[in-house]
Amino acid sequence: MTAPPSPDDGLTPAELAGKYGLAVSGARPSLREYVRQMWGRRHFILAFSQAKLTAQYSQAKLGQLWQVATPLLNALVYFLIFGLILKADRGMEREVYVPFLVTGVFVFTFTQSSVMAGVRAIAGNLGLVRALHFPRASLPISFSLQQLQQLLFSMIVMFIVAVSFGSYPSLSWLLIVPILALQFLFNTGLALIMARLGSKTPDLAQLMPFVMRTWMYGSGVMFSIPVMLDDQEPWVADLLQWNPAAVYMDLMRFALVDGYGSSNLPPHVWAVALGWAVLVAVGGFVYFWKAEEKYGRG
Amino acid sequence: MAEDYTGAKIPTVIADELHIVYRVNGAKTGKGSATAALSRIVKRGEERGVRKVHAVRGVSFTAYRGEAIGLIGSNGSGKSTLLRAIAGLLPAEKGKVYTDGQPSLLGVNAALMNDLTGERNVILGGLAMGMSREQIKSRYQDIVDFSGINEKGDFITLPMRTYSSGMAARLRFSIAAAKDHDVLMIDEALATGDRSFQKRSEARIRELRKEAGTVFLVSHNNKSIRDTCDRVLWLERGELRMDGATDEVIKAYEKFTGK
Repeated sequence: MTAPPSPDDGLTPAELAGKYGLAVSGARPSLREYVRQMWGRRHFILAFSQAKLTAQYSQAKLGQLWQVATPLLNALVYFLIFGLILKADRGMEREVYVPFLVTGVFVFTFTQSSVMAGVRAIAGNLGLVRALHFPRASLPISFSLQQLQQLLFSMIVMFIVAVSFGSYPSLSWLLIVPILALQFLFNTGLALIMARLGSKTPDLAQLMPFVMRTWMYGSGVMFSIPVMLDDQEPWVADLLQWNPAAVYMDLMRFALVDGYGSSNLPPHVWAVALGWAVLVAVGGFVYFWKAEEKYGRG
Repeated sequence: MAEDYTGAKIPTVIADELHIVYRVNGAKTGKGSATAALSRIVKRGEERGVRKVHAVRGVSFTAYRGEAIGLIGSNGSGKSTLLRAIAGLLPAEKGKVYTDGQPSLLGVNAALMNDLTGERNVILGGLAMGMSREQIKSRYQDIVDFSGINEKGDFITLPMRTYSSGMAARLRFSIAAAKDHDVLMIDEALATGDRSFQKRSEARIRELRKEAGTVFLVSHNNKSIRDTCDRVLWLERGELRMDGATDEVIKAYEKFTGK
């Protein structure tokens, strides 16, 4: 195919691209454009999270029943170890401690599994990233949305436990909605950060379980921080109580459990909850977007 | 063809000295033991424990509107890598690719899940390609009919893991081919399924070609390249060995491979 002489001869590729308005393939869009693209993919994000959730138990005989059975068994194990054997309740009545423990386990698991899914969000889906176009943040967001739906199943167990230990539905249960919304924001931001780190260093997937377990034991999932640490310097307890995992757990317990009053909450707890959510969600999104064009390199 | 545009050819894809490098973790020495991994970490180098595979080395070309371009070369010569780089799915190590609009790769395999029913996979695959829910709804029946999955009973409501490999491949192709594209790239192995499905899919590819501005086709089947392409790029070891009219390049390639 011998091209006839054209006015384009002698132009460098960059000049030629400029002349016909071609854009660099795979370049990172502006933040504004990126948000717009994400909005365009909202159906995909939701459908992908639901598909993952359904696929999880589709081979099991009991099927989707495991969505509820898994958290229930989890709660039972923790109750057996910490409630009956180690007696971590430290003066809390049984009516308070059991829902306290169950709430703590479920709320923390929400954050924990979002982080773990986030680490693998890009690294574990390279096939998808290398085959199709979509804003890559769809993946970590979709995974934390999957965890949110998982938590909603766990909430059923949580309600049953709360009611059977004498905490009946009241107006304060409505607080669960904003608490979950804030925690979801926080988790998503964290998942975005972990996704970028994990795409560069897949080894994080091996390391994170240990980090998460340390965080879990440090956040008072199965004990009350101020009671357990009352012989320490007060700032230690303050620090632990203001860590985001503890904040969301305590708020959820306050909303759900009758015997867990506001005296158990650190000061300014709502402001702290909102602050963590906004800071980590916005920060995480921008941090993830900054490397958008680099995901998919193997 | 390009000449229809009053002589002036309009470029749609420009590759400028493109280099693609894959990085493989933990494959430097070939020894997989823990001590080898440890000594890699202890030894400080510019990139420890990482082996580089230089898949595409300095490829430059310009594709114009209305062209159908075939990509040929032996296995591992960088054809699929080059396609992914054009689509913007693999970041370039050096050099740039300029494109008009968003080139898309024909394929949704990675988005589908074997544990879900065919029905849900059609929706999921469509959404993953960027179609809206309405578009999928309006094409859903076409996709299912085209795949021929339901010819032997109601298979579309069964999980994909229960499909035979041919059935799954047919469904995947049907989903992928449901969308229209500006710059379309088709990777080989399209000839899946039985004879009647092959005919249907070839017809669908011709249709897609008409709607698309520029088509890239990767194939080891010289006949299908001859049938569909008017220009051929020949890649060997990541380098562009020849770029020209189909007959000329294929002849040289056949001589090279000793056919």
